[in-house]
Amino acid sequence: MSSVVKDTHHDDHPSGIMRWIRTTNHKDIGTLYLWFAMIMFFIGGFMALIIRSELFQPGLQFVDPQFFNSMTTMHALVMLFGVVMPAFTGLANWLIPMMVGGPDMALPRMNNWSFWILPFAFSMLLSTLWMDGGAPAGGWTLYPPLSLQTGDAFPFLIFSIHFMGLSSIMGAINVIATILNMRAPGMTLMKMPLFVWTWLITAFLLIAVMPVLAGGVTMLLTDKFFGTSFFNAAGGGDPVMFQHIFWFFGHPEVYILILPSFGVVSSIIPTFARKPLFGYSSMVYATASIAFLSFIVWAHHMFTVGIPLAGELFFMFATMLIAVPTGVKVFNWVTTMWKGAMTFETPMLFAIAFIVMFTIGGFSGLMLAITPADFQYHDTYFVVAHFHYVLVPGSIFAIMAACYYWLPKWTGNMYPETLGKIHFWLSTFFVNLTFFPMHFVGLAGMPRRIPDYSLQFADYNMIASIGAFGFGIAQILFLYIVIKTIKGGKKATDQVWDGADGLEWTLPSPPPYHSFNTPPVVK
Amino acid sequence: MRYLNKFLIFVMINISVLPAQAGWLDLNMPKGVTDISNEVFGLHMLILWICVVIGVIVFGAMFWSILMHRKSKGVTPATWHESTKLEFIWTIVPFIILIGMAVPATKTLIKMYDHSDSEIHIKITGYQWLWQYEYLNTGISYYSKLSTPYSEIYNKKSKNVNYLQQVDNELVVPINKKIRFLLTSNDVLHAWWVPDLALKRDAMPGYINEMSTIINKPGIYRGSCAELCGRHHGFMPIVIKAVTEDEYEKWLTARKVKTSGVAKIK
Repeated sequence: MSSVVKDTHHDDHPSGIMRWIRTTNHKDIGTLYLWFAMIMFFIGGFMALIIRSELFQPGLQFVDPQFFNSMTTMHALVMLFGVVMPAFTGLANWLIPMMVGGPDMALPRMNNWSFWILPFAFSMLLSTLWMDGGAPAGGWTLYPPLSLQTGDAFPFLIFSIHFMGLSSIMGAINVIATILNMRAPGMTLMKMPLFVWTWLITAFLLIAVMPVLAGGVTMLLTDKFFGTSFFNAAGGGDPVMFQHIFWFFGHPEVYILILPSFGVVSSIIPTFARKPLFGYSSMVYATASIAFLSFIVWAHHMFTVGIPLAGELFFMFATMLIAVPTGVKVFNWVTTMWKGAMTFETPMLFAIAFIVMFTIGGFSGLMLAITPADFQYHDTYFVVAHFHYVLVPGSIFAIMAACYYWLPKWTGNMYPETLGKIHFWLSTFFVNLTFFPMHFVGLAGMPRRIPDYSLQFADYNMIASIGAFGFGIAQILFLYIVIKTIKGGKKATDQVWDGADGLEWTLPSPPPYHSFNTPPVVK
Repeated sequence: MRYLNKFLIFVMINISVLPAQAGWLDLNMPKGVTDISNEVFGLHMLILWICVVIGVIVFGAMFWSILMHRKSKGVTPATWHESTKLEFIWTIVPFIILIGMAVPATKTLIKMYDHSDSEIHIKITGYQWLWQYEYLNTGISYYSKLSTPYSEIYNKKSKNVNYLQQVDNELVVPINKKIRFLLTSNDVLHAWWVPDLALKRDAMPGYINEMSTIINKPGIYRGSCAELCGRHHGFMPIVIKAVTEDEYEKWLTARKVKTSGVAKIK
């Protein structure tokens, strides 16, 4: 019987490095995810600056075109799978148990595993930079036959994508299990904060599409090494089939990258407007509609492959429909601000900038949905401008807003407000300086993924490059602010923000090791 | 307000750095030289302006709120947070606007898919990293690749005005005749794109894609490969020379002689 007594003492707290390797605690794992995303953000950003350096002027100055292609490919893979997705999983780890009133994530050991896969996956991916034939250079979309021309890096690329997918799927299972099983009594689904809702929907998207990507890249692998011809026209295969498989994953993927941002912004706006979120239930339904629509629009990435007219029309109409639920979200946020009593602390500034610039990205998205016009936009810098507007001042700004908003809760210290605001204004200015001119060069005819361009695009490329360096340098300030806040600062109250509402604000700052040992009462 | 200021400053900087050679036209999609490309331009502008109007309304409401409904003005926040009527309105109104966009877009797209009554048929094959043009039923076939010298690309010599947009053999076509292009590839994916004709389609191994156009104005029209195709993806431009029908016939005859001459030597 004594062994049973012993078993209840499961609170083993190793210190030093072993604390992080063996941890099953949702806060520690959340921290690991967020730091991992931060490191990858600087690596991916460095790659972006190599791209922008080469594009500063016409002509080839710094890198070989093949290496340039490697940079665009790796920049995308690192930023999508190494920054935005882990950062959101980190936020989910930190916040979901506290928001639903649970002690921890439902599956803590799997939680540890799903994080610790990532450093291996990305070491493998980044190691390809030093391999024969160079790092993957066929674009992050891995379209065959070009991606099959990759050198020694190819199997490492495929296996690292398998690992990333595995990690994401386990993270998603954990989120779903936590949300469905760990809610405090009285926390009904329609009382959950929107961040929890958006993550629940995101998790289902992940489970639905990550295996599709895994299947697609596995077929690439067998085409390359085992003589199959899934995508090889000469062997009876079909290169377009890969694109269908990829974008069946890829379009839900882009909503995986944005839905949690909606949740973050829906938490922040009401707090600083001191007014409840407008249209909570329609926000939930809008998110679910966006998720559903994401499965039936994939071929809008392939308007130029020569789909029959009926197909083009279907995917155009379905894509345009997405504007409806997305519009509902934006209108609800603006109405939440309307007649509020707003203050503009750093998280609020980032959240407002998110709404404005995400909407600009949404507008260009609507333009891209119009098939005849898309023939002109497709694979140009207009597309580059579009998806960077929804991903950088979209997802990345939402992640930064979340960091400023919850850092005082996580660390117990307030971040330096003035520095935060400087970081915000620098980021906003430079992000627009970088990406707004890309609309112009794209419309004027500059294709994406080219290391050199004709002379009429020179001016805007130079402006974009200056903006990119400014944005990159501004993020060092962000790193400094985060470290400074962790190390100390004005003590935060439990409530932190006077308008904040939600279970996480009822816990002390910083919260205890196991968030809620006894379930809170939800009215 | 400060946000707005930043944006205005940003716009001003953009305008002020516009050098003399880059006119305002370089900021926008080209209208092009075919009926279809003009329609596409019209669609583009229509949707752009609809987006601008929606943006002005939504951001206007937002910035009004930012200016007026702030705590420092001593306002007490409202407590309402639901209105089925509003939600209904802003679901239905965008839906109707979307239908307004979809109708002209569908009409244009149907026209773009009509390849009937084509008089000239040209097969285009993409290679890493050049294009092959075959005038079907004439025996004329040739390759077209970048003619910008490496010395310009590697900054040893100053760049000419058509830097990276010049080829050794242009694609010569007549105006006012319906031309059908058949696209395929010999290796990886490419995409054949000429903005002035509003034509872009992927060239893929194992597939033959189809598109057609009628050019209204003689001139030189430049484009490029638009699908990542490897190391020299940025270096496979397209140049089309659109000429009058007479000139085209002359060119065709001259080219045929040249082609058969080559055959004789063999």
